[in-house]
Amino acid sequence: MSRLAKGGQIDRSQSVPFSFDGRTLIGHAGDTLASALIANDVKLVARSFKYHRPRGILTAGSEEPNALVGIGTGDQIAPNVRATMQEVYRGLAAHSQNHLGPLAYDLLAVNDLMAPFFGAGFYYKTFMWPKAFWEKIYEPLIRRAAGIGALSGVEDRAAYDKAFAFCDVLVIGAGPAGLMAALVAAKGGADVILVDEDFRMGGRLNADMQEVGGKPGADWAADTVADLAAMDNVRLMPRTTITGAYDGGTFGALQRVSHHIARPGADLPLETFWRIVAKRAILAGGALERPIVFPDNDRPGIMLASGLRSYVNRFAATPGQAVSLFTNNDNAHQTARDLQAAGVRIAAVIDSRADAKISGDFPVLTGASVIATKGRKALRGITVQTASGIRNIETDCLAVSGGWNPSVHLTCHMNGKPVWREDIAAFVPSDGAIPGMIVAGAAGGDFSTHAALKTGAGAAKAVLKDLFGKAPRITLPKAEDAPGAMTPFWHVSGGRGRAWLDLANDVTTKDVVLAHRENFRSVEHLKRYTTLGMAPDQGKLSNLGALAIMAELTGQTIPETGTTIFRPPYTPVAIGALGAHGKHKGFAPERFIPSDALAREQGARFVEAGLWYRPSWFPAGGETHWRQSCDREVNMVRSSVGLCDVTTLGKIDIQGPDAAEFLDRVYANMFSTLKVGRVRYGLMLREDGMVMDDGTSARFSDTHFVMTTTTAAAGQVMTHLDFCAQVLWPELDVQFISVTEQWAQFAVAGPRSREVLAGLCDTAITDEAFPYMSCGEVSIGAVRGRLFRISFSGEHAYEIAVPARYGDALARTLDGAAKALGGGWYGMEALNVLRLEKGFITHAEIHGRVTADDIGMGRMVSAKKDCVGKVMSQRPGLSGPEREQLVALKPVGAVKQFGGGAHLFNEGAPQVRENDQGYVTSHCFSPTLGHPIALAFVKNGHARIGEHIRMKDYMRDIETICEICPPVHLDPEGGKLRG
Amino acid sequence: MRITCPICGDRDLREFHYRGAAKLMHRPAPDAGDEAFYDYVHIRENPPGLNRELWFHELGCRAWLVAERDVTSHEFKSVELAAEAKRGAK
Repeated sequence: MSRLAKGGQIDRSQSVPFSFDGRTLIGHAGDTLASALIANDVKLVARSFKYHRPRGILTAGSEEPNALVGIGTGDQIAPNVRATMQEVYRGLAAHSQNHLGPLAYDLLAVNDLMAPFFGAGFYYKTFMWPKAFWEKIYEPLIRRAAGIGALSGVEDRAAYDKAFAFCDVLVIGAGPAGLMAALVAAKGGADVILVDEDFRMGGRLNADMQEVGGKPGADWAADTVADLAAMDNVRLMPRTTITGAYDGGTFGALQRVSHHIARPGADLPLETFWRIVAKRAILAGGALERPIVFPDNDRPGIMLASGLRSYVNRFAATPGQAVSLFTNNDNAHQTARDLQAAGVRIAAVIDSRADAKISGDFPVLTGASVIATKGRKALRGITVQTASGIRNIETDCLAVSGGWNPSVHLTCHMNGKPVWREDIAAFVPSDGAIPGMIVAGAAGGDFSTHAALKTGAGAAKAVLKDLFGKAPRITLPKAEDAPGAMTPFWHVSGGRGRAWLDLANDVTTKDVVLAHRENFRSVEHLKRYTTLGMAPDQGKLSNLGALAIMAELTGQTIPETGTTIFRPPYTPVAIGALGAHGKHKGFAPERFIPSDALAREQGARFVEAGLWYRPSWFPAGGETHWRQSCDREVNMVRSSVGLCDVTTLGKIDIQGPDAAEFLDRVYANMFSTLKVGRVRYGLMLREDGMVMDDGTSARFSDTHFVMTTTTAAAGQVMTHLDFCAQVLWPELDVQFISVTEQWAQFAVAGPRSREVLAGLCDTAITDEAFPYMSCGEVSIGAVRGRLFRISFSGEHAYEIAVPARYGDALARTLDGAAKALGGGWYGMEALNVLRLEKGFITHAEIHGRVTADDIGMGRMVSAKKDCVGKVMSQRPGLSGPEREQLVALKPVGAVKQFGGGAHLFNEGAPQVRENDQGYVTSHCFSPTLGHPIALAFVKNGHARIGEHIRMKDYMRDIETICEICPPVHLDPEGGKLRG
Repeated sequence: MRITCPICGDRDLREFHYRGAAKLMHRPAPDAGDEAFYDYVHIRENPPGLNRELWFHELGCRAWLVAERDVTSHEFKSVELAAEAKRGAK
C-alpha cells in the first residue's frame, strides 16, 4: 500500500469501497479518485488520445490531462471525468477509457508503433484523396478513433439545475489570497460569494507544509473558512468552478452538487449552472505548475511536483517509494523535504541550474537534466545527463517542476491580453482586463504565501473603498515570504524518445518543429496545425512549453511569439448543465385548448401547432385512416354543422380614442370606416412590404376593437403592435393587451350552424341581428360571451367566445347540440381541406416572401391612407407578371396525389432550376370536389388560368400534369356565407 | 450582459430582444418616397463605439427601450423608454 501511516486531511475512520475497471478498492473520506488510486498502488489509469500510450496521474487538480475516466454504471457513464476532481464515495464505479481490450493490453497501442506516420498535419496530408473515400472510409475511420471517452448514445437521465446569484464581491479561488480577500471584504460589510473548484477550501495551504498565523496552513484555512461560514453576508461555494467572465459583471459558474454523493436525494441535481452577477470580483485562482519537457516524459509515475506534494501532504498517499525530482527552481525542493518528513525515500534531486543551492540528506545533481526514462506501464528508472557524465537512477516516481504559470484564463475572456513578466518567466493578467475585477495572489504572479495574503487583503480593501468609501484595518497573519528562485528551463534538447508537450492531445516537441518547418509559425497556426492545447488541456499545461520551443526556432522572445486566447469555459461544462430545464417540457411547454379534455375523451388525434396541441382529426367508429375521418368531417361541415376549437388564434384587445387610427396604420386596408358591430378581414404588412399576417378585427365600440391573428404569428404581431405604439406613434392614445388565453373560442360552421346557436344564446340569431361579418355580445345563460359571424370554411359559420373558464362547459354544450343535428367536431386536417376548397391562405402561403399583390390582394392596400409597408410594397419588382402569384391547381386526368413543396415546370421544358415556374404550398384531397387540389405560386399565375403545368415532387417522386385555376373552388360568389 | 430597464431595473440580457439601430424610430413621412423608405428599412451605419439601439423587454414589462451601447465594450451608457425618447425628440 502507498497509503502513509499518518497525516493528511483524510478521515481514516471512514473506509470507502469503490471500483476501478471492476476491481474493488478502498479509499477514505476526503480522498479524490486519484488519491485513492495512488493509495492503492494503481499507476496506469488511462490510454492517451492518439498513440494509446500508457498514462498515469500527472497532477492533483482540474488541469489534469491524463487521468480522465468514466464514472457511473450501465448506460449512464459520464465520460472524461478528471480523477483528480472526483471525490470517492461508497460504490463509485470508475472506468478507464480509450482502449480496445484491457487497459494494460490495449490493442490500439499499435498506433504508437505507427507514430512516425501520425505526426502533426497527418489528417490534412493523408485524407485528401481519392475524393470518394472521404464519406465511406476516412470519415467513419476518423470518427471512430476521435475522442477519449465515449457516450452511451442514450439520454443523460441526470437532473441539472440553473440558478442565479448576486453579490457585492465575488472571490474566485479559496487559497490564501482568496480566503484573505473574502475575510476582509466580509468584515467590511460586503455581500461576498467565495467559490472554489475544490471540495475543501484552502488551495495550496492544504497541500504544502507551511505555517500561517502561527499554525499549520491547512488549519488556518479551515479556521478561516469556519469564520466565513458563520457570517450571514458570506456564501461559500465549494465544488464550484467559475467557467467564464462576461459583460456587466456576470460570471458563469458550474457547481458539482452531487457528484460526490453515493445516493443523492431525488431533489438534488447532479450539477447546477450558476449565473453570478457581482459588482466587483477578485480573481485569486492561483497558478498552475508547469512541466519540463524531456524525452519519454509521459510514463505513469512521472508527475508534477505540486501534485506529488498534494498526494503526500493532503491525502497521505505516495505515488512512489523511491522518488526523484527534476526541477529548475527552489520551490520544488520543498517537495523533497516534505517527502522526507513523510518517510518517503528520495532517489535523487536533479536541478537544471548549475548554481542551485540545495541541501538535504539525499543525492543532488546540479546542472543536470533527465534525458531518458524507462518502464512502459510504470516508471522504473531515469537516465540523467550531468556535467560529469550519464547516470542511471532507479526510481518509481519522478516529480517535475518547471516553475509556475499564473491562472490568467478568466482575464482573457473579454479580450484581455496577458503580459509577459521576465522576472518570473510567465504571463500575468493585464490591468483592467475584466472591468471590476482585481487579481490577487499567485494569479497575479505573487507566489509567496505572504504576498498572497497581502494582495488578497489589498484587493478586498480596494473593492470596499470603491463600493462603500471605507475599509477596515486588518492585521495580516504571519506567513512565509520566500520568493523562490527559478531559472527558466523549458525542455531537454536531443535525446531519443519523443518529448510530450500536450499529453491530452499527444503533441510532441517534434510536432512543433514540423509546424515551424512547414511555416505554421504563428501561435494560432501552431495550435491548429498540431492540435496543441486543444480539447482537455486548453493550453493550461502545454502552452508555454510550446511557445518557448517556437520562440527558439524563430529566434524571437516568448512575448514576441505570443500566446493563444483563452476562451470560456475554464473547465468543461456538460451541455446538460448549460441547458438545465431546457429539455422535454422545459424546452417546449405544452399549451392546451379549453376543449382539450373533451377532445381526448372523444379519441382525437393531436397535432402540435407551436406550443399548442390541437385536435388533428376525431376518429369515428370503424375509421382506420386519418383520411376517412378527415373526409367525413369535411362532408359533415358542408352538409350539417361542425365544431372546432379556435382558441389558439391570437386575440388582441385594442382600446382607446385612437384605436381606429392605430388599426388604419398597422393594417393595409381601412378600419376606421368599419361600423360598430361589424367585422373586417385585415391584411398586415411588414415595413419592407411583405405580408406579415392576416386575420379579422371586430369593432365593439368606437374605441374598442378585438383583433385576431393567426396562431403562428400571434407573438410576432403582438411585438409588432408594441413596436408601432411605443416606438413609431407614442402620440396615439391606444392601449392593447393579448387576451388569447382569456377567451375560449369555437367555430360553429355549416348550413345548420345557426340551429346550434339558436338554442344556446339568449339573443335571436338572425341574418338581421347577425349578418355575415358582424359581431356582438351575447348571453349564454349567465355567461356573457361574444359572437362573430365569420367563416374560414366557406360555410355559413360563427365563432363564439366565452371567458376561458367556461370553455370546457361551452364545448360540451355545443357538442350535444351539434350531435343532435348530425354534426360534431372537426380537426386541423378537415379545417385545412375546408379552407383550401375555399382558397383561404395560411402561413404556408404568406411565408414572408410574398406581397399583397402576389396573393391577389394588391387592391386591399388602401390608396387613401398610409400604413406600415405600403411604400415599400409598391416598389418596382414587387408586383406584376414577373412575380410568382397565388393560384390553385387541379389535376388533369386521374391523379391521386399532389406534393407539398413540389416544383412546377412548363410542359416539355427540362426540369432544371432555370426553368422553375413556381411551387406548391398546400394541397389536399377535396372530398367535395372528388379530386386533389392545391395552392401554388406560379410565375405570372394570375394571367395563366386554364394553362397546363407539370408538377414534379422530387421528395416523393410524384410527377403529374395540373391545370392552373383560380384559388376559390367552392362558392366563389359567397352565397353560402351570407345565406 | 445586463440592461437597466427604466421600469424593471437591472436585468439579465436574456429577458431582452435586440431589434437594431434606433434609426427605426424615425419612420419617413408617407410621401417621402421609396428611396427614403429603402434607406429607413435596409441601410445601417454599424459604426464601432457608441450606438443608439432599440431593445425590447419582451420577457419583462414589454417596454421598447432606446439604449446607448458601446459595441466594442458592451457598456451601456443610457437606457430610456422609446416612447419617452420619441416624445422628447418632438
